[in-house]
Amino acid sequence: MKRQIRRIWRRSPAALLREAALRLFLTGLTLAVLFLFLIPMAYGVVTGLKTGYQIAQSDAPWWPASVETITYEGKEYEVYYVPIDGKEKPMALYKKGRKASLLLDPENLEAGPIEWQGNWRSLKRVWRFDPQWQNFVAVWETIDFPLLLKNTLMFAGITTIGAVLSAALVAYGFARFRIPGKNVLFMVMLSTVILPGAITLIPTYYIWLRIGWVGTWKPLIIPAFFSWGTNVFLLRQFFLGIPRELDEAAMIDGASPLRIFISIILPNAKPALTAVALFHFFWAWNEFFGPLIYLAGHPEKFPITVGLTQFNNLYSQSAHLIQAASLMSAALPLVVFFFAQRVFMQGVVITGVEK
Amino acid sequence: MPRVPWPFRKRSRKAPRRKWGRLERKEALWGLGFLSPWLIGFLLFYLFPIIASFGFSLFDFNPAVPDQARFIGWTNWRYALFKDPEVWLSLKRTLHFAVISLPISLGFALFLALLLNSKYVLGKSVYRTLFYMPTMIPLVATVLIWNGVLNEQTGWINVLIEKVLGIEATGVNGIRWLADPDLVYYAYTMFGLWGIGNPMIVFLAGLQGVPTELYEAAELDGANWFRKLIHITIPMITPVIFYQLVLGVIGALQYFLAPFVLNGGTGFPEGKTRFFMIYFYKQAFSFFNMGYAATLAWILFIIALVLTVILFGTARYWVYYTAEERA
Repeated sequence: MKRQIRRIWRRSPAALLREAALRLFLTGLTLAVLFLFLIPMAYGVVTGLKTGYQIAQSDAPWWPASVETITYEGKEYEVYYVPIDGKEKPMALYKKGRKASLLLDPENLEAGPIEWQGNWRSLKRVWRFDPQWQNFVAVWETIDFPLLLKNTLMFAGITTIGAVLSAALVAYGFARFRIPGKNVLFMVMLSTVILPGAITLIPTYYIWLRIGWVGTWKPLIIPAFFSWGTNVFLLRQFFLGIPRELDEAAMIDGASPLRIFISIILPNAKPALTAVALFHFFWAWNEFFGPLIYLAGHPEKFPITVGLTQFNNLYSQSAHLIQAASLMSAALPLVVFFFAQRVFMQGVVITGVEK
Repeated sequence: MPRVPWPFRKRSRKAPRRKWGRLERKEALWGLGFLSPWLIGFLLFYLFPIIASFGFSLFDFNPAVPDQARFIGWTNWRYALFKDPEVWLSLKRTLHFAVISLPISLGFALFLALLLNSKYVLGKSVYRTLFYMPTMIPLVATVLIWNGVLNEQTGWINVLIEKVLGIEATGVNGIRWLADPDLVYYAYTMFGLWGIGNPMIVFLAGLQGVPTELYEAAELDGANWFRKLIHITIPMITPVIFYQLVLGVIGALQYFLAPFVLNGGTGFPEGKTRFFMIYFYKQAFSFFNMGYAATLAWILFIIALVLTVILFGTARYWVYYTAEERA
């Protein structure tokens, strides 16, 4: 700290000013970009809290609101801003007329309708802040969110276990054993990750069809237990970093490779295993194409992604409901992310930079 | 040098290759055992289906009535490659979209990474999390939220453009992001920008791997930030750029979700969003033309392979590996 202070005083005021300006500019730039970047999120939240009516009205404010009304003699009347005596007073429109209208003073209802000269069309309505939290409830029930959530959780949970387990086994094989053609196999595995998977789709789909498992989750869950290239890659990198001396010590004590795997490698790889689990969990949460083709026609088995799409197809006119539904789908992954962000980003780095 | 059993041995490269003895065999068998989940999965779910897919492409095949499958040889292939206009059109659209969206996305990711790597920005780790956060949102939700925000009447993007830049963006003559054939690819690119977190983090890691001595040496020679960027930063991260480019191209070839969710694959506007995978999906799961769809999948695979080989081939000329990285 002292060194920094000395360094600052050594520099000229011009350089300090320049640095401060640069800091201001770049930080401001980042904030501006961040703001624009996250605007759709704000839009989603705000729109999700509006009524369908508000969205269609051109004079509505951008925040969730509904028109102020008062009840008089059993009927509702909308409140407008009326210029009276030089001030804009909120008055309810009792009877609309082209040249003159009848108004009601909300603070003085007993006085009855007051006549006002002017075109009512020139008046602006009074909107008050009115977030429609019940939109979320409505969506929850219409889309049967608990069912979608259950399906998605089941899929994500089971496949994560399978993915981590199988990837760990395979990564251990690549990391610790000398096998003829190991490097070739590794390259082949990497290329299966990169190249388009559609090529395997038709025969695989047909076989599942013949077995009779199309329409169930099985075609989507079973492949997860056979390991996925990126997970293996990440774990292999990590396993290579675990010192061999630990293995060797166990070997001296007569441990079999399986024993070493369970007792030495796995406990030492917890960060990497967690990262793989998280990655896979989010990937599964996001899965769309697989469930789309294998679960078509079985809405009771849909995950959130497909259910949301179907909801959009039915209710695309109701922007507020669509936004509310989208936010609901995003809620759980976001919450998990905020708790696990460090692990996540480290995992991204390991996978990405090593290539 | 006496032969030492696994795992004590680290064979030096200069040692002559020895014959396979019992211990090596044992090790290899154990290794294969651990690899077996992947090996079996590879054979069952990858190799066998790829070969079978080729077989399917030689048939006229509807899975609903499998007994009526006829062997038609190369007919599917000839039709797809020479007679079906949609194949090359959809491919052209896909590549057109890739050419627009990849530079913008990767450029933006790099831009963000540079900002987040700068010593002048305050609060970097917070921004990093916030920029990464939208990747966590399921893509379907992202598409729908952006669909709303880009809406010409009530969408905030147009409202902001109008207020800040003064161009007429809302209303009937406004910017119709998703309905204007010339703009729709840019709109789709915007959806993709929310997924920029992963490339951004990878670029960031790459930037942090650039040795500072290079920058210091350049500063001694009087280089300003622009020269440092062009002559040091970018060349040093070309491996990362290359990796993102390959992944990006392959991903763009398989682009499916956004057009499907928004238009159901109709290709609105004016057919511009009928990408290759949409056509594949239609053939396979709407028309149940599975033989033909298998042909399409193979064509996509070959194109991806060719593009990857080309990219790897050109890498020699512009990707700069340091001595440690050249494995």
